[in-house]
Amino acid sequence: MNPQPAVGVALPERVHAPDTVQLMLYNAILWNGHRIHFDLPYATEVEGYPGLVLAGPMLGDWLHQVVDEWLGDAGMITRVEYSNRGATYIGDQLTAGATITAYDPQTGDLSLDVFIKNEAGDIVAPGSIGAKLYG
Amino acid sequence: MTGLLSDELLANIGRTSEPRREIVTRRDIRKYAVATGSKIAKYLQGDVAPPMFHVPLFWDVVELDELTPDGVSVDKLLPKFPLERAMAGGLEIDYLRPIHPGDWLTATRTLTDIYEKHGRSGPLIFYEVVMNIEDDEGNLVIKEKTTRILR
Repeated sequence: MNPQPAVGVALPERVHAPDTVQLMLYNAILWNGHRIHFDLPYATEVEGYPGLVLAGPMLGDWLHQVVDEWLGDAGMITRVEYSNRGATYIGDQLTAGATITAYDPQTGDLSLDVFIKNEAGDIVAPGSIGAKLYG
Repeated sequence: MTGLLSDELLANIGRTSEPRREIVTRRDIRKYAVATGSKIAKYLQGDVAPPMFHVPLFWDVVELDELTPDGVSVDKLLPKFPLERAMAGGLEIDYLRPIHPGDWLTATRTLTDIYEKHGRSGPLIFYEVVMNIEDDEGNLVIKEKTTRILR
């Protein structure tokens, strides 16, 4: 599929509903031993969270994936800026999406607004991505 | 405005970590792609690293007795701040070229700024850490700026 960039176009969304196994594997490849991601009694009874907390950078990765899946081999991501606005948990269903905000056909430079939203529609990770389509 | 930031604390701006050199492997790329739920074949096969692969590549590896009881490795680049509760932070990353298996990369982290703002609920401390990642020829491959907020 060749990307057809135009300002205002929304990219196909992707729903993520990670389970405990995925979260464990993610933190394992990071070598992140933070208990809030795998120790449910600790996360709930000591830290007072409603469940196991998803790792913030994993949501950051999903922001990239939405754009990267659409780009295919036609370009590459050159820049990202995002923030994690609040905690998310195992059991949450999170939707990643993006909208093109600028496109220069001369240079192939693209800008996109990207987001992760929860089931209530609240944006939990807003950001923007810059990409370049190869000539 | 009464300042929380002493001259002694601000003198930490510019502190730099020891450079860390790591090798990129196909196996680590594949594990990362699987764990993030990627559907992109070139990452799942480990032919090229996805964006943010530098996060697992340079996550600190410390011995068990250096972890806090909640399993966290303390960031030795940071001074002790007068506020300690971490709020959401932000990330800015520039990707200058793709990363492949066999690449040796070196990361250097610098504490580039500490500043204070007054939010509705009281004072906030912001700090910024820049991580520059270079290849063995000294070319910049990734530049990452993390901003964290303490209250």
